[in-house]
Amino acid sequence: MYCATLDMHSIEPGLLANLVKTPTLSTPNPHRLPSNVAREDEHLLVAAAKAGDVSAFEELVNRYERKIFRLTMNITRNREDAEDAMQDAFMKAYSHLDRFQEESRFYTWLVRIAANEALMRLRKRRPNQVSLDEPIESEDDFIPQQIEDWGPSPEQRYAQTEMRDILRSVIDELTPDFRAVFVLRDVEGLSTEETAEAVGISEAAVKSRLLRARLKLRQKLDRHFRQDRKQ
Amino acid sequence: MNCNGVVRRVSSYIDGDLEVSVVEEIELHLKECRECTILVQQTRLTVNLYRDSDLVDFPGEVRTRLHQILRREIRREK
Repeated sequence: MYCATLDMHSIEPGLLANLVKTPTLSTPNPHRLPSNVAREDEHLLVAAAKAGDVSAFEELVNRYERKIFRLTMNITRNREDAEDAMQDAFMKAYSHLDRFQEESRFYTWLVRIAANEALMRLRKRRPNQVSLDEPIESEDDFIPQQIEDWGPSPEQRYAQTEMRDILRSVIDELTPDFRAVFVLRDVEGLSTEETAEAVGISEAAVKSRLLRARLKLRQKLDRHFRQDRKQ
Repeated sequence: MNCNGVVRRVSSYIDGDLEVSVVEEIELHLKECRECTILVQQTRLTVNLYRDSDLVDFPGEVRTRLHQILRREIRREK
């Protein structure tokens, strides 16, 4: 790739960001990437931002703001906390950019900061509900009994808005510690290791919480999706 | 492998995160057990539904406030 040969420090500030520009600060970003995809030019923007190019940092904000808000909102389920967590995450990313070692993707590093900010607010608001080290319950409750087929795919039976309402109400019923792990792994596409780092628990605990979160969600969705509930 | 064993491993199974011998044991059980087969299918669908959904709107005013705060912070740090 031609950019790989560029000397980042010789680039005029703003030039690189213009080369890889997506929408500007004043327009909403219509582009949404799949959760697990970081664009190939991310490292160029990070290098330019580290070298003092503010517009390169702004470009990174444009690129990830929607995803970071979705993450903080999914963890906190409170708009005020989610917005504060997102703002603080970007401000911390900016002021600590020189500490980012580029061993991981910038996006993963940012997600880690944002998840910490969101979890911190959640613990403050509901200290008794968020214990990331709580004992693990038994799987016995999830052993399938009288399990019923959901019939033809629920995606086709429900309108998009109706489906969103169902998914939202069901994920709201998860406790925050289960929800955080599920969101990071299954919605944002982080690896088990990255999720463990972001939440501050072991990889074994991530796997265990993910299993239970998935089983709980399936169990709760079953109430809506059993074929006899909607013809 | 019994139903309990499948439930304990369903998450790793759909992630392709198990030894071949364990996968074979699970699949042997699934051939005989309708309940566990549905459980696996529905757990996989649950993950896919959330993965493909976007449950959070990003309001314009939230974006505007973010950019105002960042501009202020960047000016202050310079």
